[in-house]
Amino acid sequence: MSAASSEDVIPITVEFSGGLEMLFSNQRKLDFSIAAKDESGLNSNVAFLVRYLCDNVMKDPRKDLFVLDDTVRPGILVLINDADWELEGEDKYEIQKGDNILFVSTLHGG
Amino acid sequence: MSSVDAQIVALHAQIASCETQLQRLRDQLFEAESHRDISSGAATGQTPLSLVNVAPSSHPTETSEGFSHQEKGQKVAKIWPLDKHEYRRYGRQLIMSEIGLTGQLRLRSSAVLVVGVGGLGCPAAAYLAGAGVGTIGLIDGDTVEESNLHRQILHSTERVDMAKVDSAIASLKSLNPTVKYVPYHKRLTAEIALDIFDQYDVILDCTDTPASRYLISDSCVLLEKPLVSASALRTEGQLMVLNNPPLPAGNAQGGPCYRCVFPKPPPAASVVSCGDGGILGPVVGTMGVLQALETIKIITKGIQRSSEPPSLLLFSAFSNPPFRSIRLRTRKAKCSACSAQATVTREALESGSLDYVQFCGAVSPIDALAATERVSVVEYSRLYNSSDAAMNTQPSIKEHILVDVREKVQFELGNLEGSINIPYSAICRSSATASTDPLSQPPSEDGWVAQLRNLAEDRPIYVVCRLGNDSQLAVGKMKELGLDGGGTRWIGDIRDGLRAWRKRIDPDFPEY
Repeated sequence: MSAASSEDVIPITVEFSGGLEMLFSNQRKLDFSIAAKDESGLNSNVAFLVRYLCDNVMKDPRKDLFVLDDTVRPGILVLINDADWELEGEDKYEIQKGDNILFVSTLHGG
Repeated sequence: MSSVDAQIVALHAQIASCETQLQRLRDQLFEAESHRDISSGAATGQTPLSLVNVAPSSHPTETSEGFSHQEKGQKVAKIWPLDKHEYRRYGRQLIMSEIGLTGQLRLRSSAVLVVGVGGLGCPAAAYLAGAGVGTIGLIDGDTVEESNLHRQILHSTERVDMAKVDSAIASLKSLNPTVKYVPYHKRLTAEIALDIFDQYDVILDCTDTPASRYLISDSCVLLEKPLVSASALRTEGQLMVLNNPPLPAGNAQGGPCYRCVFPKPPPAASVVSCGDGGILGPVVGTMGVLQALETIKIITKGIQRSSEPPSLLLFSAFSNPPFRSIRLRTRKAKCSACSAQATVTREALESGSLDYVQFCGAVSPIDALAATERVSVVEYSRLYNSSDAAMNTQPSIKEHILVDVREKVQFELGNLEGSINIPYSAICRSSATASTDPLSQPPSEDGWVAQLRNLAEDRPIYVVCRLGNDSQLAVGKMKELGLDGGGTRWIGDIRDGLRAWRKRIDPDFPEY
């Protein structure tokens, strides 16, 4: 096996909004590459991305403000290329090159 | 009967007959003219209506469709469908094809309910009144506070402490006295929601808690009303038009409801209010104005006619681009409110068996520390003032350390002399495992931990915050990180925070 090539990773954009950016060191937008395959060798999907963000990107220890019961907590919408992830297969959606994945926490103030 | 009397009777009859004839001619003229107007405006997709008989006083829940000529025999001759003043007042929107005469008549015969008369409700109600919505209901149980005024534009300095609903209506009346305003001086509850909502055509959710958002959405689904929902916090806002078209539960063609989008409420601890998180006036104002706009679109297009796919509009004032529209899901097949299997029924809602507050959970007041780890502001003030006196000119506290864990921006608004600012956000990010792991300790120990270690040695640490919650958590974290030297150094917090300090010790301490 050769060293990791660009074939093995997928460049994506991840964005945080509605206060979630505070859990990610106040970063609203991240461009990075994620492994094309997950731990079990399957194509990386959104569930894998959420785990990756939680384990590798999120510095804030309050993980339960992002993830609860192994999925994003209630009150967070996940939007894949500007569409609700429920239209795209939720966390089973397989990440494609150049995808924009936005995590939005719902607001309640008024 | 004299001949004069007979003549009078005959003349009366003749006049009545002529008036009837005249009225019929006028009706025919309106009919002809409105058909001409509509055929010339056919490109807008508006459907021809019998415009003539939409009386200004028609009941809020009646839409103009389906009316025919039942008022033909009416004595009062109305030459024009709108009053003279209405042509002038609404002229700038009347001449637009999106509104036109049909749209204006629909606005006038509609009734809109604004739930919550705060940062969203004020601008929303102002534009709806301005546009000539016939009836506007306003629900809010709160009174005006000074801290509302930077964003709640219907209230004023003179009206602080007045009921928000009354204050808003006073402003709205001066803006447009021809609208009928209906005040409800109470917080919306499940017991009253359906009775009130039933009298309106469109509902605006301008509230600020998850519990009220679920209650409003459920009520709208049960009564088949479109819902224009918005929210805002800090520099961001969100807007959704829900249950539109407002078809009965179980009809998949209806628009999604709040529960379709958010089946489960967020954990109570993740919900931040404007009072805690902050809010910029024009941000929430923008969202309220957009709610009025969506409402006007729904009404002028004709309720039940929505063909727009459901979407969520995100506004982020400091991002570029600031607006972003997201495609939302349609109705959820198993939604507990709007699907065929709905468990949210009229009976359940009215009986109070749906406990919205419990459903959304409440944040129980934080009680993380033992009594021995806490001091009152009175106790602390003795210590503070004695060290202050001892120091005389030096505003530093030698005998103990006072740590203020509010965010830097709040600390800068006003703080106790000699206190050190270590924001809670930095404290909670510090990992306890990092500092106990000898391998990772040197590079990963945060600056603030080192600062306290170097500064402190054995002097006690008092932690203070705005209200006395974060201070407790910060104390816990400091102990976790070993700053108490395994019990050799006292670390505790000041109960009820700087709010109590201002109330009981120093009334000049800034309130915000």
